[in-house]
Parts: sequence; structure tokens; C-alpha cells
Amino acid sequence: MSKKGSSNWMYGRRSLGSKIFDTFNVLFMIILMIITIYPFLYVLFASVSNPLLLMSHQGILWKPLGFTLKGYMLVLRNAGIKNGFLVTFFVVIVGTACNMIFSLLFSYVLSRRNLMWHSVITLLAVFTMFFNGGMIPTYIIVRDLGLIDSLWSLILPGLISTYNVIILRTALRSVPAELEESAKLDGAGDLRILVSVLIPVIVPTIAAITLFYMVGHWNAWSNALIYIKTPTKFPLQLVLRSILIRNQTEGAMSGEAYYAPGEDYAARMLLKYSTVIVSIIPIVCVYPFIQKYFTTGVMIGAIKG
Amino acid sequence: MKGEKVMNYLGKRSLKYRIVRDFKTNYFIYILALICLSYYFIFCYAPMGGVLIAFKNYKPTKGIWGSQWVGFKYFEQIFSSYFIVRLFRNTLLINVYDLLFGFPAPIILALLFNELTSTKFRRVVQTVTYLPHFISQVVICGIIVTFLSGDGLVNQILNMLGKESVIFLQNPRYFRTIYVGSGIWQNVGYGTILYLAALSNVDPQLLDAAAIDGCNRFMRVWHVTLPGITPTIIIMLILRIGNMMNVGFEKIILLYNPSTYETADVLSSFVYRYGLLEGNFSYSTAVGLLNSVINFTLLVAVNYISRRVSEISLW
Repeated sequence: MSKKGSSNWMYGRRSLGSKIFDTFNVLFMIILMIITIYPFLYVLFASVSNPLLLMSHQGILWKPLGFTLKGYMLVLRNAGIKNGFLVTFFVVIVGTACNMIFSLLFSYVLSRRNLMWHSVITLLAVFTMFFNGGMIPTYIIVRDLGLIDSLWSLILPGLISTYNVIILRTALRSVPAELEESAKLDGAGDLRILVSVLIPVIVPTIAAITLFYMVGHWNAWSNALIYIKTPTKFPLQLVLRSILIRNQTEGAMSGEAYYAPGEDYAARMLLKYSTVIVSIIPIVCVYPFIQKYFTTGVMIGAIKG
Repeated sequence: MKGEKVMNYLGKRSLKYRIVRDFKTNYFIYILALICLSYYFIFCYAPMGGVLIAFKNYKPTKGIWGSQWVGFKYFEQIFSSYFIVRLFRNTLLINVYDLLFGFPAPIILALLFNELTSTKFRRVVQTVTYLPHFISQVVICGIIVTFLSGDGLVNQILNMLGKESVIFLQNPRYFRTIYVGSGIWQNVGYGTILYLAALSNVDPQLLDAAAIDGCNRFMRVWHVTLPGITPTIIIMLILRIGNMMNVGFEKIILLYNPSTYETADVLSSFVYRYGLLEGNFSYSTAVGLLNSVINFTLLVAVNYISRRVSEISLW
């Protein structure tokens, strides 16, 4: 960092007050990290703890109490969770593929400045960022299209995110025009230019947007709550909801179905903690890549856009 | 001769000629545009048209067009009902709390990040604090419910300190604090990204000049760094205030229950519960429409004021 380097000789020795501030700042950051991470650590410790010890324990957990993988065995045996994983995998893979195809095509359209109807098309898309029909008219449309209880109701209504398209468009526009010109001279058409000239140049942005769509699908649950009726078509998050937040309104009845009769309180508790860990593992695995890309790809797009 | 035909008296190509030529050269792009725009027409604009049912007595068997017009009947009902005051108050208050505490938090954190001397340490802190943003709302709320339950972690600590247990999620007094507080916990780190980008654009020469003029560290932040990111703050503030009557229903319905409706029930959760679950389509569409119109008006108004006062605006 050249900025920090220049500061040091320019500002000379740091004053006492400045040093005290630095110390407190670092301390504050350490506390902040603990507050951020600890809830997840607690759940991790609790998920492998002996449930009887856990129930008699009071206060903060510093380490697992005993060790058992019983909770994770329960997760593996739970038909609802297994099913939820399959549904979510389908939606993440097919949904993200559809998202990316249409977002790239649309961002290519929006990146053409010489288009006569360019501003009309842009306005049609951007207006939807500020105004929408609301939950019930959208529900009626989805129902009239016959998508209720179909997994496509989790994919089609959010097919194109205008925000992501604008980021992609900005990236496309930053590609030097000469690349495209020379491809055109060689006789390449629009699709050819997009696929073989433009896309390879903006891979970091595409990777970031892909990851955002994927994480979005992984975490989504409210569309499924509204549109999906059959429990075997519930995505993971909806299954989690009935396991984690049982005593809430209408989730209570469906939640009961995921426990075999006779299972005791301790087993439920273990299952709860273990499902949390199992459901966030994929996110934690993808996370380093998101980290890497949103500094390179998305931030540039967000600022210029 | 052919060229003359399509020129008008100003020497410009006629509109018709330009449209035809544009379609001829770009026909493939227009096909792509049409395919993509059809998504917007079906899933964004058709529901906007579907808002008409707020003025009709919608019957699923008759469809949107076949149902009977009732004019402003549902809006009159809304304004004369007792619940609507509660819904508006709750929606607004959650936003006011979030504006007061949730809006400045990432700005302050970004400034503190910026003052960290070790880039390596800074990257570690950033990585850790961004993480909760990517965890699903269901899991976050599951953790909240578990920790705040009668025998949960928070109550265990309270008991150890000699205090009585509190059933947090059954008590309307705590709902807003829990909602806004957990929101800050989840998003404060991620929220710094935009401000950090703005901070990296502050000219280091200005900081050096201020130092030579005898500014200490706090004064440099106050007089140089903060004004440098003010445009970003104002843009974010416009967007935030444009959302002042908007609270998503997802986290609300995960955390609320009938005993906390008094403070927890907001417009969107009401539309979900009363409209979708209980089937009052027209009435709750009217509530949703009212909400959207207020939001849109707020956004336009705040944007207008900001353009007048600070010359910063969204459009």
C-alpha cells in the first residue's frame, strides 16, 4: 500500500494518542470478529457435544462437551433433509445456468450503445428495480402460468436480476472496442462475439455474478413457501425452517413430520445444531471464492454502474 | 437519387429510414432483447397490471378481468381499520431504528477498517465480518430463536448473573431490538464494501497536505476522509430513505408469532398472512399497492430534495 508507506515518513513518529487509538482499534476488531464468529462456533461445538452434558451445561461453550457424531447421523437419516438437498441442488444448478444465460444475453443487449431503442430497453428494465406489482399479483400470475407446485416457480420469477445485469453490462463496456472490431472484420456475428471475444475477457465478473446467483438460490426459501405445496418438493431452507423454528405459526405442523415418534428432546436438539452446520458448509466452502472475486469484479461494476 | 428520398429538409435521414436501417443492422440483438424483455413483461409488468385487483372484488374463478369493479372500496376499508395504524407504525419504527443504528454502523466500521495499519489483519477482519451476510435468513433466525429461547444461551448467562429468564421472542417489547440488532450483526461487515471502495478513491495527497498543515489523525478523518466519501453516503441515504416504508416479510415471519404482532406485524407480513394464507387477495393487494406507492413517492421526493440541496442524485 503506497498510501500507508507515504504516510509513515510524512507524518513522522506516531503520537501517543495515535498509538492508543491503534491499540483500541485492533482490540475492537478482535472483539468484533469474536462476536461475528462465536454463534457459529457455539452451534458447531453443540452439534458434536454429548446432549446430556450439553443440557446440564450453563453459559458459554469453550469446547465440545464430549464427542459424538449422532446428530450428523440423524441428519443423514432424515428423509426430509435429504430430499431438501436434492431439490436445492437442482434449483442451484439449473436455476443458476438459466440466470447466467439470460443475464449475459440481456447485458450484451444493454451494452450496445448504437441501438436506437437502447434507452427504452434500459428504462423498461431499470424501472422494475424501483416498482413492482407486489406479492399477490405476482402469485396470481405464477398460478395462472400453472407453475404452482413446480420447481420452475423457484427459477423463472427471478430469472434476471437487473442489478446483476447492470454490473455485467458495465464489465462488457469496459472491454476495448478494438477486440470486437477485429472479430467483426473476421466475420463474427453477435453470438460469436459475445461467446468467444467478450466473455473470456470478463471472466472474473461472470464468476462473481454466478456465485451470487448460486448463493441466492441456496439461501432462498420464501418463493418455495408461497408456491410449493408438496413437502417432497421443499428446498433445503424450507425443511430447515420447520426443524429450526418449530413453534412458529404454520411451520409447526409440518415440522413435526421430520421427527420419528419417540425421539427425545436431546436428539431433536442435536439434529437442530447439526442441520445448521450441514447447511452452511457449502456456503463456507464457496465463500473464499466469492471473497476473491467481489473485490476484482463486482466492486468495479458497482462503482461505475 | 436514392439517398435524396430518405433525407428530410434538415438534411437528416428521415425517422422511418433510421428505424428500418436500425432494425436491419441490429435485428439479432432485437430478437435477444425481445426474449429477455418477455421475462420482464411476464414477471414484472404483468403483476403491475394485476394490481388492478385492488380495485376489484377478485374471485379466483372469474380471473382478473372477469371480477367485478368496486372502485376504492378496499382503500376506504384500509383507512377505517384499526390494524392499519399498527402496520404503518411498526413498519416505520423498524425502519427508523435501522436508519438510526444500522445506517451509520457500516460507515463507522469502514472508517475504522481504513485506520488499521496492518493490511493483512485488515483482510482477516473483513473476511470474517462479511461471512454472516451469505448465511441464509432461515439459519440466522434459527440461531436467534435457539439462543433467545427460555433455556437458551442468553438466558443461561442471565441466570448466571442472578437475573430471571426472559422469554424474548414472546415479548413485544424486545422484537424491534432483536430484529434491528441481528440485522446489524449480519450485515454491518458486508455493508462496508461500498464505503471502502469510496475510501480508496480519497486522494492520499490531500491527507498528506492536511498532515503538513498540522492536522492530527482525527482531524484528517473528519476534514478530509469523511467529506471524500460524502457523495457515497448521500446516495446510500437516498436509497435507504426511499425504503422507509419497506420491511421484507421473510425475517419477520421467521421471528414473529401472535404474541408479538403488536410490534412485529408489518405491511408485508400482513399482506402475506391476510392475503395469501387467508385468501383476501383484493384487500391485501390494496395494502401492498399503497405501500409501493408510498415507497416510490418517498424515493422520488428524497432524490429531488437531494438534487436541489447537494446536487447529488440517482437520476
